[in-house]
Amino acid sequence: MRAPRPGRVRAAGWRIAWAAWACIGAAPALAQRSTAPVPPAAMPSGRPADSAAAAAAAAAAGSVHTWHVQGRVYMLVGAGPNITVQVGDEALFVVDAGRAEYSDAVLAAIRQLSDRPVQYVIDTSGDPDHVGGNLALAKAGFANSGQRNEPTTAGIVAQLNVLQRMDDAKSPRGSAPTDTYDAQWALYNDEAVLLTHAPAAHSDGDSYIFFRSSDVISTGELFNPESYPVIEQDRGGSLEGILSALTDIIGIMVPRQNEEGGTYIVPAHGAVCDRTAIVNYRDALTIIRARIRYDVAKGMTLEQTLASGPSFDYDGIYGSDSGPWTTRMFLEAVYREVASDAKTHGVPDEWRESHH
Amino acid sequence: MSSCLHTCGIAQVLRSNAWDCRIRAAQWLEFRRGATVPARTAGPGEQTVKHKATTGRFRPALRCAWLAVSAVFVVGVAHAQMDLSGEWHQKVHQDAPERGDGPDIGDYTGIPINDADRLRGDSWDSEKWGQIEHTCEPHPADYGPRGPGSIRIWADMNPHTMQITAWHTEIMWMQPERTIYMDGRPRPPPYAASTWQGWSSGEWVVDMLKVRTDHLKEGWIRRNGLARSEKSHLTEFFLRHDEYLTLATIVHDPVYLTEPYVRTSNWVLDPGYKPTPSTCVPTVEVEHPKGWVAYQLPGQNQNLTEYAAHYGIPIEAVRGGAETMYPEYQLKMERLPAPPAQQAAGGPTGGK
Repeated sequence: MRAPRPGRVRAAGWRIAWAAWACIGAAPALAQRSTAPVPPAAMPSGRPADSAAAAAAAAAAGSVHTWHVQGRVYMLVGAGPNITVQVGDEALFVVDAGRAEYSDAVLAAIRQLSDRPVQYVIDTSGDPDHVGGNLALAKAGFANSGQRNEPTTAGIVAQLNVLQRMDDAKSPRGSAPTDTYDAQWALYNDEAVLLTHAPAAHSDGDSYIFFRSSDVISTGELFNPESYPVIEQDRGGSLEGILSALTDIIGIMVPRQNEEGGTYIVPAHGAVCDRTAIVNYRDALTIIRARIRYDVAKGMTLEQTLASGPSFDYDGIYGSDSGPWTTRMFLEAVYREVASDAKTHGVPDEWRESHH
Repeated sequence: MSSCLHTCGIAQVLRSNAWDCRIRAAQWLEFRRGATVPARTAGPGEQTVKHKATTGRFRPALRCAWLAVSAVFVVGVAHAQMDLSGEWHQKVHQDAPERGDGPDIGDYTGIPINDADRLRGDSWDSEKWGQIEHTCEPHPADYGPRGPGSIRIWADMNPHTMQITAWHTEIMWMQPERTIYMDGRPRPPPYAASTWQGWSSGEWVVDMLKVRTDHLKEGWIRRNGLARSEKSHLTEFFLRHDEYLTLATIVHDPVYLTEPYVRTSNWVLDPGYKPTPSTCVPTVEVEHPKGWVAYQLPGQNQNLTEYAAHYGIPIEAVRGGAETMYPEYQLKMERLPAPPAQQAAGGPTGGK
């Protein structure tokens, strides 16, 4: 990325591989070719060509739909989490890569928007369904760093903790972030793009991305209007961090009129929305936590708290009894966090009082 | 048949303002197409039960509908595709408190809410409107006519075919504009953004404009905290009878209602009415910490019994639920415990 270059962290493996490639003279030819649009058929999916993968890819083909949010920004739906694409004259800027098995369908959908190469893929978190398509999307583009012998794939950018976790997990070569960011913004396609780290939220490596003149924010897993937030406490996540991030995001959103339009959100899952939905989400999570705090202040156990139904009135909107993240798992995570706070800092009087 | 005549007499059908009979007739037409009616939507943990239109309490309604359809076809065909355009002044003949300061806190009477929505209401605090993000929220499509709601209606017309392609409405309070598409265009996909007024399509059913609306933002059944979820949709009927306009709104909400909730609003033709332009600018009226949210903790809401005490209504009745919608509930109310003694100071407090 141009602006944050001084502080970026380049994966060492990339440099070694690229140096070797450059030594045999292949790099200059590929670098010259990389600026040309790449036909979808030439784009490898990055997955083993076994029959199961082929079947999955076939099922995925045509399942990814494109929706124009506003300005230069589009949303791709159907590849796992929502994917955000900024389209410009220079290149494409993609936020989250979706599941690996949908890579061909994602690339086909992107090619309907533009024949420009992908310049950067931003991972809002390190979740497998957000980074699964990294490799395939990266191969569809280039990172024009201005330095000789740089790779001709797109750059993959994430918060530092995502890179470290993916390196620790020995992610497939070429799928881990090539860059992190410490400056907050850069200019792409004549648009300021702001990358902000949300500490200790869904995990410890979350980012949200603000396309300033298009007036669209891609939130990643910080906001999912179809579910209570997934709190990965074993990866440094917390509801406190999520609420803080939501409030920060709400603070930079400007409705056009009467709490409608203006800044739009591309959430992790579900429909595009404006400020109302994310405010309602923040309010609901705040109220649920307040009830759990009240229960903890009264000395109630986890089971007693669960029995009191602290999220009962919101379960019809955000709750789930099945799947990878249930209402019970969410409430247990919040209870653990609140109980830990109470143990560490004591119970403030505020936990026993309504807000009015 | 007697119940049918009681509900919807022939003379009433033949009068042009027999809107309820005509709505039943329109619903009957839907039933004939094989639709089912959710007679009671499940609460959390319950199974949804759907009744065929030909069972239970719908039998008298069907007979009524059959009679109504026959009658309406006789008198209605000549009036098909009414001209709704014009300026209409709101008639506040019913639910007057709802139109002004708002309903009383804790008054859920006659509304088919479930336990989840009751908890939403109990946890609500009017200081919500002091949160800057909520200050400029307009009423959603289903509640707009309940607020200060004089209305202006106009149409878009295809100049080549002279067919109306869309109706537009603009209600006085905060001037929300709705568009009701009449050109058969496809509905937006589920991942399109919701709005306060939703996405509406219309069709003429005899001389009533029937409207279906979805893609609604989360709104409110009442302004005292009873929520209406984003998963809801509306069925509406616009009926013009001479200089009067009636809008029947039916709210279907799988999250917070156990039965469809029906309301009507009325206007009288008022040529020359002009809405007063308004612009809402959110302003901090009471300082709060960043991220502050208004709520009442369980058991701490001191206002929930004020309404019952002030009007002498049993507590159980004001807690609402589908049962409280029906006339038979009056008999049950006689056997319910007396309401609590009224507090010495003041009466019930309103919403927004």
